Amino acid sequence: MQHVSAVREPLVTGGKTLHDVTQDICYQVEAKPNLRWMAALSVALFFLGVFFYSVYRTVWYGIGEWGLNKTVNWAWDITNFVWWVGIGHAGTLISAVLLLFRQKWRSSINRAAEAMTIFAVICAAMFPVLHMGRPWLAFYVFPLQNTLGSLWANFNSPLLWDVFAISTYFTVSLVFWYIGLIPDFASIRDRAKGPIAKFSYSMLSFGWKGSAKAWSRYETVSLILAGVSTPLVLSVHTIVSMDFATSVVPGWHTTIFPPYFVAGAIFSGFAMVLTLMLITRVVFRLEDYITLEHIALMNKIMMVTGSIVGVAYITEFFIAWYSQVEFEQYAFINRATGPYWWAYASMMTCNVITPQLVWFRRVRYSIPLTFALSIVVNIGMWFERFVIIVTSLHRDYLPSSWAMFSPTIIDIGLYVGTLGLFFTLFLLFAKFFPVINMAEVKTILKYTVDNGPTYNPSKAHHAPVQTSTPGVPASAPVTYNQHD
Amino acid sequence: MKYWKGIEELESAPEFMQSAFAEFMPVKESHESKDDTSAPRRDFLKLMGFGVGAAVLASCETPVIKAIPYLNKPEEIDPLISNFYASTYFTGSDYNAVLVKAREGRPIKLEGNPESPITKGGLSARAQAAVLSLYDGGRLQHFAIKGQKAEMKQVDQEIRTKLAGTTGRIAIVSHTIISPSTKKAIAEFAARYPNTTHVMYDAQSATGLLQANGGVVPGYDFSKANVIVSLGADFLGTWISPVEYAKQYVVNRKVSTNKRTMSRHFQFETAMSLTGSNADVRVPVKPSQQGAIALALYNAVVSGGSVSTSTPYGKQLATAAAELKASGSAGLVVSGSNDPAVQSLVTAINQALGNGGTTIGTASSNVRQGDDARMAALVNDMNNGSVGAVIFYNANPVFNHPMGDKVKAGIAKVPLTISFNDRLDETGSLCQYSAPDNHWLESWNDFEPKTGFLSLSQPVITPLFTTRQAQESLLHWAGNNTTYYRFLRANWRGITPTDAAWDKVVHDGVAMGTALPAAPAMTAMSAAAAASQLSGAAKQNGVELALYEKVGLSATGCEANNPFLQELPDPISKATWGNYVAIPRAMAITNKWEQGDVVKVTANGHSIELPVLIQPGQTNGTVSIALGYGRTMAGKAGDKVGENAAPLALMANGIQYMNVVTLEKTSATSPIAQTQTHQTLMDRRPVVQENTLANYKKNPKEVTEYEKVSTPDGMEAPSKVSLWQDYQYNNHHWGMAVDLNSCIGCGSCVIGCQTENNTAVVGKQQVINRREMHWMRIDRYYSSDTHKSDFDTKGKVATYAAMEDPSENPQVIFQPMMCQQCNHAPCETVCPVLATTHSSEGLNQMTYNRCIGTRYCANNCPYKVRRFNWFSYYSNEKFEIVNGHMFTDLGRMVLNPDVTVRARGVMEKCSFCVQRIQLGKLEAKKQKRRPVDGEIVTACAQSCPTDAIVFGDMKDPKSRISQLLRREDGERAFHSLDSINVQPNVTYLTKIRNSESEFFGQEA
Repeated sequence: MQHVSAVREPLVTGGKTLHDVTQDICYQVEAKPNLRWMAALSVALFFLGVFFYSVYRTVWYGIGEWGLNKTVNWAWDITNFVWWVGIGHAGTLISAVLLLFRQKWRSSINRAAEAMTIFAVICAAMFPVLHMGRPWLAFYVFPLQNTLGSLWANFNSPLLWDVFAISTYFTVSLVFWYIGLIPDFASIRDRAKGPIAKFSYSMLSFGWKGSAKAWSRYETVSLILAGVSTPLVLSVHTIVSMDFATSVVPGWHTTIFPPYFVAGAIFSGFAMVLTLMLITRVVFRLEDYITLEHIALMNKIMMVTGSIVGVAYITEFFIAWYSQVEFEQYAFINRATGPYWWAYASMMTCNVITPQLVWFRRVRYSIPLTFALSIVVNIGMWFERFVIIVTSLHRDYLPSSWAMFSPTIIDIGLYVGTLGLFFTLFLLFAKFFPVINMAEVKTILKYTVDNGPTYNPSKAHHAPVQTSTPGVPASAPVTYNQHD
Repeated sequence: MKYWKGIEELESAPEFMQSAFAEFMPVKESHESKDDTSAPRRDFLKLMGFGVGAAVLASCETPVIKAIPYLNKPEEIDPLISNFYASTYFTGSDYNAVLVKAREGRPIKLEGNPESPITKGGLSARAQAAVLSLYDGGRLQHFAIKGQKAEMKQVDQEIRTKLAGTTGRIAIVSHTIISPSTKKAIAEFAARYPNTTHVMYDAQSATGLLQANGGVVPGYDFSKANVIVSLGADFLGTWISPVEYAKQYVVNRKVSTNKRTMSRHFQFETAMSLTGSNADVRVPVKPSQQGAIALALYNAVVSGGSVSTSTPYGKQLATAAAELKASGSAGLVVSGSNDPAVQSLVTAINQALGNGGTTIGTASSNVRQGDDARMAALVNDMNNGSVGAVIFYNANPVFNHPMGDKVKAGIAKVPLTISFNDRLDETGSLCQYSAPDNHWLESWNDFEPKTGFLSLSQPVITPLFTTRQAQESLLHWAGNNTTYYRFLRANWRGITPTDAAWDKVVHDGVAMGTALPAAPAMTAMSAAAAASQLSGAAKQNGVELALYEKVGLSATGCEANNPFLQELPDPISKATWGNYVAIPRAMAITNKWEQGDVVKVTANGHSIELPVLIQPGQTNGTVSIALGYGRTMAGKAGDKVGENAAPLALMANGIQYMNVVTLEKTSATSPIAQTQTHQTLMDRRPVVQENTLANYKKNPKEVTEYEKVSTPDGMEAPSKVSLWQDYQYNNHHWGMAVDLNSCIGCGSCVIGCQTENNTAVVGKQQVINRREMHWMRIDRYYSSDTHKSDFDTKGKVATYAAMEDPSENPQVIFQPMMCQQCNHAPCETVCPVLATTHSSEGLNQMTYNRCIGTRYCANNCPYKVRRFNWFSYYSNEKFEIVNGHMFTDLGRMVLNPDVTVRARGVMEKCSFCVQRIQLGKLEAKKQKRRPVDGEIVTACAQSCPTDAIVFGDMKDPKSRISQLLRREDGERAFHSLDSINVQPNVTYLTKIRNSESEFFGQEA
């Protein structure tokens, strides 16, 4: 249990007891799937079907099924890739960086955010493989010994760095997530009734016994992994940005890209976390765990990162002007006023203007507005990548090669298909895995009902909370030590 | 209770106890061991190994390789070694002396024959692509009666019987025939059937020109011309003999420090032609104004009058007239008009200039002999029943003659109809008998393109199908059972009396001598009569139509089933696969038409529906449509591509390729497949440079702008600053120089590259998707009225937007663009798998096997020359029609065995014809010497009719390219996009324009 000032608002509301936490969260796993979940899964599975069909067309006939051309050789594929990788950033940030900064409020959302990260990275990883002309030779990118000749991977290529960055990120995130799941799996195992559930969860929980030693190691590993993955928050999108920044394409060849991409990634990641959390808390009745305070905090992070992104957009224009490089200047003028101006306008509106609404407290604490905002930001961030990729490529150096890009049905199918894949995985996760880290949430319960003063919202911010717990004098000083 | 495993255990014999509780049986140490209890593990492994191996081997299918060795190897043919044979390409419109490259006995590529005094090693795009037509599956593969397969003997017998019984006139209809022996064979046929007439017509008729010049085409020599005035003659693209004229034309266009002069070229034309785009002064005029212009020029030059400047073209015409007069015998006027009056005046002007012997040589050209009046008379005779038999000799008038419908009706009325056409085309399918001619690559023949210049073609492959040379058929029906070869050889006795002389001609492909009978004289109209006729001509009202011929497809339509040519971008509009109505921008704005809107064009009571294309330079109030499209029975690739515009031509004084039309918009739209959709250069001088002759004369060092970058040491050339370690080239360093002053943009190199490198054809939809595969393209930029100098007044955004619009009558610049083989190649660094790397000879090379297709290289290529295999173009059924030659055994014979056919998902690009480089190096190595300069040339450099492309080893100080680069260094030599410091191995030479107007805006 932690030591907190009594004036602090509790992170979990509703006066939950330790048992309540177990009960609330395990219930979702143990109960029969409800109708809403079934309906949502059906929709997700339909889009997963769309995904498989689009993959079939792509792999069987070739990349020609997409709308790419000789000038625009990347479009929706890499847009989607960067978008999904960006979304995957919030998970690590919440689980690692916020852990290191001892932001306790992260506990109720980190599990789902990490799951989102992993699923988003899975979705993202589809694109670098699928966008290859010959995906069956994808293993060429690994520095494997080549028995056929002297060719090896090209360590100059940012695409190779990507391979390492993404695979490292995925592995670390997966391990981090899984280790966090072990104690909770053990709880479910201990409560499980059916033989299949018992077997599955005992396999998943790796024989967790909850001994003090195990807990101590658990804490240590969490901290180490948090330390390991913190640099990844910065490195992954930095390297993704280098896919563009190391090129000679005007509009890509920009040194501001690494910080700009990282900020954008966190921005979009938090937007996606919000989208998912707002749905989950309603569907699974977790309003007491994911409180309005959580939502407001995440809104603030979104606003800050959104503003960083906004500054980056403006800086790019300044640098283009300042460089006095004709091609660079045209690339940015074309971005804002050329044939794809609408994409640029969508990006600016969604990413720079709308997040500023968070300055209003009412917006910050409004669930419908936050939900709308999170969707808008996700759309805006998709357009950001589209703008960077397509509008830079479609008019580069030689006007003779300038071209337009328009997506085919397969392009669209792949994108909505990965949304299907993502939600299928997320819904399965939400049903079969504990969506909230029970073990950690239990540590941040401010008071247990029977032995501590209870937070009184009506008197908050005015005076130390007066307790009315039976058996404890109202004026008695709170001895937090007793909980230890 | 205890169970014993056996009696041994019960007895606890010591031998048993030794191994009873061991986990493993003792290893059998050697074969000699006689111990039964030890397991034969090694034997087991051996047996298993053998068993698995045998099973694996048995399950592998032994590939069946159908390679049959020669029983008697032909002396000349070695597997993997190419042979070159001299031959001649002539399909009734343009003449090219060629060398046929044959591998293992099959022609795979055509190259220009440098021995030819006429085409001098140049080769047109049409000729380049002709090798593909040999393997065209749409050819008729046997003799036929009413379209049904028939035996040659039976056909011969029936035709002979019927010919003998024919009472009426027998007509042989052909395009221009320049073969003396063929004419003799026809004469022999006519001798056997005395009422035979031979009617020649041309799909792009020059009857007017012939009439004005006594029945022949004058022997123009553009190389001697200082002032050229062309009245609608597209002499660099399609008119009479474009390769010959292009060769001549550039002689006076090439400049150097020591020769700072250029010819001056005025072009008065309707549609923007290839020639017009190269002109120094191009004036858009209506087709009906050609007469007035010729008259004004005649009055100015011959009668010494002055040119009225009140007309829209008056000012330029006055300048042209003045310069023409000043140039005297170094002036030349040509006209593409088929109006005998206009041509009479042009002839009179040339005579007045006294250019006979200079710009009009003595050797007249024979490549146009068609007589419109005779053809029209024949068509009428066919319809009135006075023709007893008609033989179509590789002619398809139902399609390509304006009176096609009447020809069709006439054929039905002629009792005996025979076709030599190579397929059951629009005309051939209506004939009773089809006796398909051999392809010219399967044939012997002789040619006399210009009087006194002979040329031979020889078979390079046995006839692929059961066809027979048309001349042989004629001789056969005339009762002469000789082969055409013997007949030809006999005709050549006079010129080559000895076999050695004959062999030399066969080897060289060309000879001097005359064999064609003199052309029938035509009576010319007197200049005075012509002048009075033209001055009395009524003014035209309404929208005027100009019919023109494309550089890729001739007006005959005979190349329609050749997908290489269908996909060759028009040099000006960059459109492929089909024709369109080219309209001026003003017309589009007035009528609110957009590119791709389908309009109905009506003339002569005939209408066709075609999409519109907004063509800068198109004269206001006119539209242009290309001939030769809209075949219906050409074959899979050529059918229903565009519409046939031939019936829209005006029939007056022969065929006039103009008319007054009505246009009506339909509700349909049809996208036009263009390989370039952005038309202007956006004032990007670093991409391509040009300047005026006046500046060049002043100081050649000032015409090219060299970019500098700022460094701590001040402004420096971009190459001075680099993060890279430079490559060391110890042996060769291949480079290319492209003289933009010589390049006329004809596209011959594009097809040369395509045939050499097995580049796939992708079809209309994929071109619309911007996925054409050409490794080499010619970028065409129009000038704009807006320039960077307007930034201050109009603002950048508005200026850039306005710069996208070409001028109404723009200047044009062409830039051949292929892989620049950068020394600091951006593509090489970004490939994750090292599929594209740098060679020790400066080449940027692709390893197809290694490529996984991330396409980052293509994104990072500033020149956008990389091409991705979006589909499997050789096996995906979507491409079976357009890329058919990669699908059938017949078609695959054309593929260059030295170049891989690229798989799906692989990036490809120009390799500087690395297979040719390797071959040249190997040849030199075999002879223990260094490769000689000029021995190794790329396909594009080889085919260039204007020698604009020079390829060679930059390491060799004596090579042409080294000398050229040394000479032009600091003057015209520049690299495209120098400032990004990719250090290309391709150098361009600044275009010099002999005009005052600027492509780029004046420097602010």
